[in-house]
Amino acid sequence: MPSLKDLKNRIGSVKNTRKITKAMQMVAAAKLRRAQEAAEAARPYADRMASVMAGLTAAAAGSDMAPRLLAGTGEDRRHLLVVMTSERGLAGGFNSSIVKLARQRLQELLAQGKQVSILTVGKKGREQLKREYSDLFVHHVDMSEVKRIGYENARQIADEILDRFDAGEFDVATLFYNRFETVISQVPTARQIIPAVVEEGEAAASALYDYEPDESAILNDLLPRSVATQVFAALLENAASEQGARMTAMDNATRNAGDMIDRLTTEYNRSRQAAITKELIEIISGAEAL
Amino acid sequence: MADTMQFDLVSPERNLVSVPVREVRLPGADGDLTAMPGHAPAIVNLRPGLVTVVAGDGSATEFAVTGGFAEINNDSVTLLAERGHPRAEMTQAVFNEMMAQARRRVEVAKERETAGEELVAAAVKLLADMEALGTHIGLDPNQANFPH
Repeated sequence: MPSLKDLKNRIGSVKNTRKITKAMQMVAAAKLRRAQEAAEAARPYADRMASVMAGLTAAAAGSDMAPRLLAGTGEDRRHLLVVMTSERGLAGGFNSSIVKLARQRLQELLAQGKQVSILTVGKKGREQLKREYSDLFVHHVDMSEVKRIGYENARQIADEILDRFDAGEFDVATLFYNRFETVISQVPTARQIIPAVVEEGEAAASALYDYEPDESAILNDLLPRSVATQVFAALLENAASEQGARMTAMDNATRNAGDMIDRLTTEYNRSRQAAITKELIEIISGAEAL
Repeated sequence: MADTMQFDLVSPERNLVSVPVREVRLPGADGDLTAMPGHAPAIVNLRPGLVTVVAGDGSATEFAVTGGFAEINNDSVTLLAERGHPRAEMTQAVFNEMMAQARRRVEVAKERETAGEELVAAAVKLLADMEALGTHIGLDPNQANFPH
């Protein structure tokens, strides 16, 4: 049975924790709004890019002249997994869900006898994968200095990936990130970026365009940009998801702290009452004895 | 036929400009071109240069872009550029940074063992285009010679 003083201290410390989680929740809510706005603002570029790409790739995919970024290396042996996580924890299952999906994929690929390398973005995923797969790591991108995700960040990551592709290090590259669905639901997603996935159905209007210089030159210029755009979109979605996950996690933590305070307060009042009753009994029985 | 068309300048991060215009002069990769309402649909690669946008009342606005591509339709022009600055905002500092970036690309392309001749040539051409852009708007490309 804890003493009254212990209980009081305990209640005090849980109250402090509640203040912190409450503050973190509100900070996450504000950041989430900004992250969502950034993701929203980036959409027109990505959409246009995708529609132009769809037109061009549909035409080029069939021909023998298709660039390697589109047609692939002709093999499916070496895979690069780009695992995007956050720099900070306390975001519920945000990081573990990405890592879980990546690990699952990794084991599948290894079981098939493929060669796998890992590129991590963000500290948390690296920490979780390091124990088992540290020998597969090829590169790590540190985002802890980045306050606001800009296109420049995405381009650096994309350049890193493209350099390795040009150097012939892998055949297929896949991004792992959390797709932002709603504030309470983020879906871990795997998205293949190299070779580019041709989206069907949007290509209908493309034949009408004149291309200058010509289709293959534009496609060669566009494919690396498209990789960067997809990395950028994934980074933004991830950032919004992270804040959403953190907000939900902190909301839960705040509520749990409240429940705990209620329980501890009840216990505190009971023990206090018990102590009073005990003293009274002692006084009364003392008086009766006289 | 309408005498204006929709012009959008879109960067990866946000929509920079969205206005009705009478004509747009673009620095195409194969040479400059002007798009006016009723232009045949085209997709054009851009080199670094100045985009001139002429509004309905004849006033012209200029933007500096670092390459990208333009989608021209009958009644709209959409320019996808990684970076776009109104000419007034193109200060020496901004230009220096762009030059530094272009230079870095040349170096990276040269360093890379697997890079073909074309990659280096493309990077060098980009740098030359950037220099031409700077000279054109009165900024000194050589000032950007700081080490990085």
